[in-house]
Amino acid sequence: MLNIQNLTVTVNHGNGRTVLRDFNLSIDSGETHVLLGPNGSGKSTLIYTLLGYPSYKVVQGSIFFKGKDITGMPTNERVSLGIGTLFQHAPKVPGVKLKNLMNVCGEKRGERITKEKFEEPLLEEGCRDLDDQTMKIATDLKFPLEFLEREVNVGFSGGEIKRSEIMQMIALKPDFMLFDEPDSGVDIENLVLIGKVMRDLLQRDEIPSRQIKSGLIITHLGYILQYLGKLDRAHILLNGRIICSGNPEIIINSVKKFGFDECKICAANQISLECGDVEGIK
Amino acid sequence: MKKISQDTKKQTALNAREKKASIGEDIDISQFTSQQENGSELQKLEDVGEDFKKILINVGVDTQQKERSGTYIQEGNRVVFCQTKSDKVEVLPIAVALEKYSWVKNYYWNAVKVDTDKYTAEAELTDNLQGYFIHAKKGAKGIYPLQSCLYLNIEGFKQVVHNIIIADEDSELNLITGCTVHPNVHKALHLGISEFYLKKNSKITFTMIHYWSDQSDVRPRTGIVQEEGSEYVSNYIIMSEVKSLQSNPIAYLEGDNTKAYFQALVYGKKDSHIDVGSRAMLNGKNSKAEMISRVIGTDASKVIARGLIVGNAENAVGHLECQGLLLSPNARIDSIPEINAIHPNVSMTHEAAIGRIAEEQILYLMSRGLNETEARDLIIGGFLEADTSHLPKELAEETQKLIEIASKAEV
Repeated sequence: MLNIQNLTVTVNHGNGRTVLRDFNLSIDSGETHVLLGPNGSGKSTLIYTLLGYPSYKVVQGSIFFKGKDITGMPTNERVSLGIGTLFQHAPKVPGVKLKNLMNVCGEKRGERITKEKFEEPLLEEGCRDLDDQTMKIATDLKFPLEFLEREVNVGFSGGEIKRSEIMQMIALKPDFMLFDEPDSGVDIENLVLIGKVMRDLLQRDEIPSRQIKSGLIITHLGYILQYLGKLDRAHILLNGRIICSGNPEIIINSVKKFGFDECKICAANQISLECGDVEGIK
Repeated sequence: MKKISQDTKKQTALNAREKKASIGEDIDISQFTSQQENGSELQKLEDVGEDFKKILINVGVDTQQKERSGTYIQEGNRVVFCQTKSDKVEVLPIAVALEKYSWVKNYYWNAVKVDTDKYTAEAELTDNLQGYFIHAKKGAKGIYPLQSCLYLNIEGFKQVVHNIIIADEDSELNLITGCTVHPNVHKALHLGISEFYLKKNSKITFTMIHYWSDQSDVRPRTGIVQEEGSEYVSNYIIMSEVKSLQSNPIAYLEGDNTKAYFQALVYGKKDSHIDVGSRAMLNGKNSKAEMISRVIGTDASKVIARGLIVGNAENAVGHLECQGLLLSPNARIDSIPEINAIHPNVSMTHEAAIGRIAEEQILYLMSRGLNETEARDLIIGGFLEADTSHLPKELAEETQKLIEIASKAEV
């Protein structure tokens, strides 16, 4: 599904600072990966680079999605190939009602289904049109309908922004889903709700042969992970490089126990011990 | 008696003939002609030609008159159509109304001063004046909106209009009015005097759509006098090019518990100079005024959005708001709000924000699959979405449609 090869990225607004170096990552169809890393390790840069935001310059390497080289592709074209994002920092968009943006997501999903000849209905079950579908998604998420009339993210609380983001993800139903810190600034009630939706969208409870959707969950807290069921692989990002990959359970538990400091030791010694054994080499 | 009073008006106007307006570029009225050939009236509105129909639709006039209770159309200074289907409301050319009812003259120059400036003076002194008289009778409610179109089809013409609108006690009147020029006309002058009188517990909603040309000069002069418990709602929409337009209606909220709401949606294009505002004198207890303007500046347009609210009475509440979106480095938007608290027990607020569309907003919308142009259009379209909560339900949706038509119209 997604294959990132030797990617080096500099950031314009960071005075050309290199944020990702020689980054490699491959996520197959049906897999959900977790990317962990401390603040400033390059997690957000990865998201914006995958989306093709203009401030993030790929100076080396390539990104392949569904076998296509998307490295220089505009954002919207990547999205119409099936990439969707839940943002940690979603901007305010005065003038645009959430309802209208939801309809855009639903419409784009319909276009993709038609183009790729998926055998899926264009709208959610029992919905006559996009408005209907938008209202159904909001109702399912216990979002008051008047919320749909509000301008996107204008005066939204942290939890409301997250719910709005997850609603858009439901409407867009992309094949590859990026979740940027889905658990930051969220109370427990919203955390459970978001976890449940993510688990469903990522088809975590399907039998492996029916798992088609893929995802990458970026987190430095890891709170959300307990709600997601089985995950396929975890990676540790440090200074723009993946320094460690493996069994999500072991890696997550190790980070929970030792923090990222142990990872730094690992990286400094250029060793590849089974994660969690780091203590032994001190 | 009558003769003397009329002569006094004429004399006052004569004295103001050279009086420049306090704001807006000065216009030499003598450059314009009022010569117009005689023509025939329209028998049926459905019979207008396709070209004219398109012009009318652009400014909100429904030639089928399906959900309209009356129509007034003026071409140059000639009334070509004036009809009403309801007996609860009367629509007449102003000259006819002045002849027919002796009391109409009491409303002439009572909400707008004849010597405001050279343009009001011109309206008094011209011998070629028309306009509409609309009277919603006592208790008239639930009638379809009335529509009017003031239309200019002669190059270099000056159109001088004087309108009187009266909503009697407990009546509700909804007006849609469009002012425009023929697509072949460039140079034109439109001077429009409009005087609104709202009796006790009446309501007027006034939706005005302007569609001008690159060489049009426009100077409307509007006054509104409100009695106790009345409500005035104005929605002003201009989405076309114009050479210069300056308008600053004033509402006198004389009675207690009166409300006035002004909304302006302005789309500045090319070299347009647009100076629009509204003023409210809160003279009645618990009176309330709200003014909202949303301005888009493209090309080299210059737009000034003004507002003035004066709180003169106990518990008066005023709020002014201006939002501007700059889409071109050569465009300019100025917001000039003024709030005056004269009475100690009033509440007056204003807020203004002018800026560009942030790149992060465009990118965010692109991350949902829109291309850059679609993302911009969605933001601009949303920006121009009117607040229609003050309009009757049937009219709310239609107004939004009219705005869409006006924003896309290319004659």
